Amino acid sequence: MQDKTFLRVEGLTKNFGGVAAIVRVSFSLQEGELLGVIGPNGSGKTTLVNLLTGFVRPDSGKVIYRGRDITGKMPYKIAELGIARTFQMVKPFYQLSAFKNLIIPLYSSRVKKLRGGKYGDRDDVAIDLLEDVGFERDSFVPYKVASSLPHGYLKRLELARCMALRPDLLILDELFSGMSMSEVASTLPIIEKLNAEGLTIIMVEHRLKELFRIAHRVIALNFGAKIADGPPREMMESEAVKAAYLGSEEEE
Amino acid sequence: MKFRKERLDRGIKARCEDIFAVSSYKEISYLLFPRALPVVLLLILPLMKGVIGLYWEKVLMITCIIALLALSWDLMASVGLISLGQALFFGAGAYITGFLNYTFKLPPILTIPLGTLGGALFSTLLLLPVLRLRGVYFAIVTLTMPLLLSRFIETTKILGGTEGMSALSPLPNIWVELYVPVLALLICLFGFRRLINEDYGLVLQGIRDNDRAVMSGAINIYWFKAQAVFIAGVAGAFAGAFMTHYYRFVGMPAFAMDYSILPLTAAVLGGVGTFAGPTIGAFILMPLSESLRAVGTLRVVFYSAILIICVVGLPEGIFHYLRRKYHQFERMVDIG
Amino acid sequence: MMGCPFYPGSRKPRPLAVDEFAGSWSGCRPAWAFVRCHGLCLWGSTKKKMLPSVIIYGLVNSVNLALIALGFSLTFGISGVANFAYGGFYILSGFLVWMLLNYLKFPFILAIVVTIGVVGLLGFAAYWIILLRVRGIPLSEVIATFALGVGILESFRWLGFVTYEFTLPYFKKGMVMIAGVPVDYQRLFMIGIGLALVLFLYFFTHYTRIGLAFRGIAQNERTAISLGIKSDWTAALSLALGSAMSSVAAIVILPLGIISINTGYEVLLVAVAVGIVGGLESVPGILVASLILGYAQIITGTYFKPEWMMVVYLAAIVLVLAIKPSGLFGKFKELEERV
Repeated sequence: MQDKTFLRVEGLTKNFGGVAAIVRVSFSLQEGELLGVIGPNGSGKTTLVNLLTGFVRPDSGKVIYRGRDITGKMPYKIAELGIARTFQMVKPFYQLSAFKNLIIPLYSSRVKKLRGGKYGDRDDVAIDLLEDVGFERDSFVPYKVASSLPHGYLKRLELARCMALRPDLLILDELFSGMSMSEVASTLPIIEKLNAEGLTIIMVEHRLKELFRIAHRVIALNFGAKIADGPPREMMESEAVKAAYLGSEEEE
Repeated sequence: MKFRKERLDRGIKARCEDIFAVSSYKEISYLLFPRALPVVLLLILPLMKGVIGLYWEKVLMITCIIALLALSWDLMASVGLISLGQALFFGAGAYITGFLNYTFKLPPILTIPLGTLGGALFSTLLLLPVLRLRGVYFAIVTLTMPLLLSRFIETTKILGGTEGMSALSPLPNIWVELYVPVLALLICLFGFRRLINEDYGLVLQGIRDNDRAVMSGAINIYWFKAQAVFIAGVAGAFAGAFMTHYYRFVGMPAFAMDYSILPLTAAVLGGVGTFAGPTIGAFILMPLSESLRAVGTLRVVFYSAILIICVVGLPEGIFHYLRRKYHQFERMVDIG
Repeated sequence: MMGCPFYPGSRKPRPLAVDEFAGSWSGCRPAWAFVRCHGLCLWGSTKKKMLPSVIIYGLVNSVNLALIALGFSLTFGISGVANFAYGGFYILSGFLVWMLLNYLKFPFILAIVVTIGVVGLLGFAAYWIILLRVRGIPLSEVIATFALGVGILESFRWLGFVTYEFTLPYFKKGMVMIAGVPVDYQRLFMIGIGLALVLFLYFFTHYTRIGLAFRGIAQNERTAISLGIKSDWTAALSLALGSAMSSVAAIVILPLGIISINTGYEVLLVAVAVGIVGGLESVPGILVASLILGYAQIITGTYFKPEWMMVVYLAAIVLVLAIKPSGLFGKFKELEERV
């Protein structure tokens, strides 16, 4: 019987020097799910994302995406298979204008294949993508140099960069960090819409309120290990999660 | 009365960054002039043999060769690869061309293209493993490769060993000698500039600035780096291939350090990443170096000094300065 | 008439007695110097008798390579600065000792100490004056140190330091027989200094504050800075240390031959080759790579043709790049360190 799980992670482990960053983490993901990943700082969330997307090679464990073993493959190969990710520390191409930042992922062979071998005009596609993530279309904002854009716009540029790839799995690493309330409020529906249209999403987040509103399921990490896995309501009531964030009573 | 210097963009420049909206012949000529000038100059100079003298015509040719190497260097620098050994490409192209001519007696019209492609291929394959490593490794390996290869040839005595291969076929006539490098230079100059401004070039620059982001955009950065090295290698190997038939000789001096230091100095002096800069740098450096022939090795000290000064004090290079002067005008404003 | 304008003069064959053995000028100076200075003809004796001398001179050569490579590798490992001026400092040290001895008539010990100090200081100054301004821009860093090295070397060439009178004295003349093989004191001294240096480095980096700071920066610069270790000072000191080590190496090795400007380029070549093979940031890697390359060279020279000793470097580099590009002990941190 064929494995229909969209993404399956088994026993992922990674040590950096003496520090255990990820300890035997396993979970699975169905197509179309929106999975949240939460945990206090240093719990290994970004490392997990790096392991999934090939930027870090695991010491042991497997990552199986749509039946293919992608453990330890090069990041560009993984991106080509349809997994796109944002970076927590946003680093656009500072000297280029916003829409030119998108030209590069649009140049990839994946996009070439998906569009049936024809490019169309990359500049136009880029402007469309920017509009989809909330850049005002008829303004000069898409043409501004990336270094002059405020942080919220840069975060949305990250999102647009991912969408340029037409991914099947989108991994957002703390997309909302550094965004103002209004920016979050305007970006959240975009993510919801993408998920409603069938895009599988993994969201690493600190802003639990927003995350719990849209996530189907949430896993929690602490010190590199998975401590909880379930729907948001369960998370809010879980003792383990509370202890991880707030500390347990014995410690006082 | 206090004055302040103010810099304003000229009208046409102020309208848009890289898309010019032209509305008159005057504006078109404003844009065309800096591009047309070098083309016209380079095409005319060889014709002025009688006026300038044969010696300086030869200098022109050498300048074009070094400019080609400088362009080749600049292309690799645009993708983030710093080469301390352009002589590798030069020597590879030179030796393959010489070998084909010496052993198989193929004419220059065949050996030069074959040498160019072969030299580029050889150098790219040699540098392939280093592309996955940190940037400095590339500098290190390119530094050592010409030295090691020339030592290899010396000890194994292949390809002529220390004596090299001589009495190779000459180039047909003086016009070929002068116009082929000039045309090659113009093709590479405008070709590379076009390349870097296309989307392909954007990817290359992206790899230089932030390869992590490029990789997550599903682009195999190593393949693109290899392509850049190959294209740069074509320019460099052509320089070597051509010179082999000009000197009618190829030997260990083909890997000489001068072929690495001069393009590097020209590029840094002129402005890294601009392609026009290295060309200008070469045209300043080579005639200067010829006039300083008498001083001998002090020239190299001089180049080193220029390199350090430029790198520390004028990192943008001459071209940016010239361009700014052209696109902006300055005036003193009275601020009372 | 122009001729070839790019013959830099650095490839002129050297008219030494060495050529009679080698047939060509080779870069492995100490081994050649040994052949020349003692007139021994290894290739004449039977292969069985050669084994002890191969073992001993292999060790000598390895220590030689290690002495040269350690300075460069240390600077790179600690601060990430590839000091391409390394060869320049090496030769500069040699000439400085020579000038102190011959022009100022300093006693030997004083000349050595002063030179090591001065060159170390110059390394520090090089960082502070030049590199500091271009730190973080890989292009400029590489070019700056490279230009500095070339500038130093070619300045000496222009000033005329190219004749055969430029030699450094031995520490102690004479030789001793070990297992039937003559070994001169200078080489034993070299082995001793090499071992002492490695021990010193070990204690320095594990037990002194500065040394521990070095290791901290090498492992994780950001954390180290946040702990109060000043990155620029450490980098400058690492350059000083590397340059001082090049001095030590020069003082011990140069007496075996003459101070030749081209050796400056070769020293850089050796340091880089050993570094590539062993892994540029790893001291154990350098030591192991020195042993491998040192013995490979001597074995090649003894049992095959002497000219091929230099080719060993090329073969080793190509091999390492093809199989494990980051070197034997190198950490393949290429991607990981970026996230």
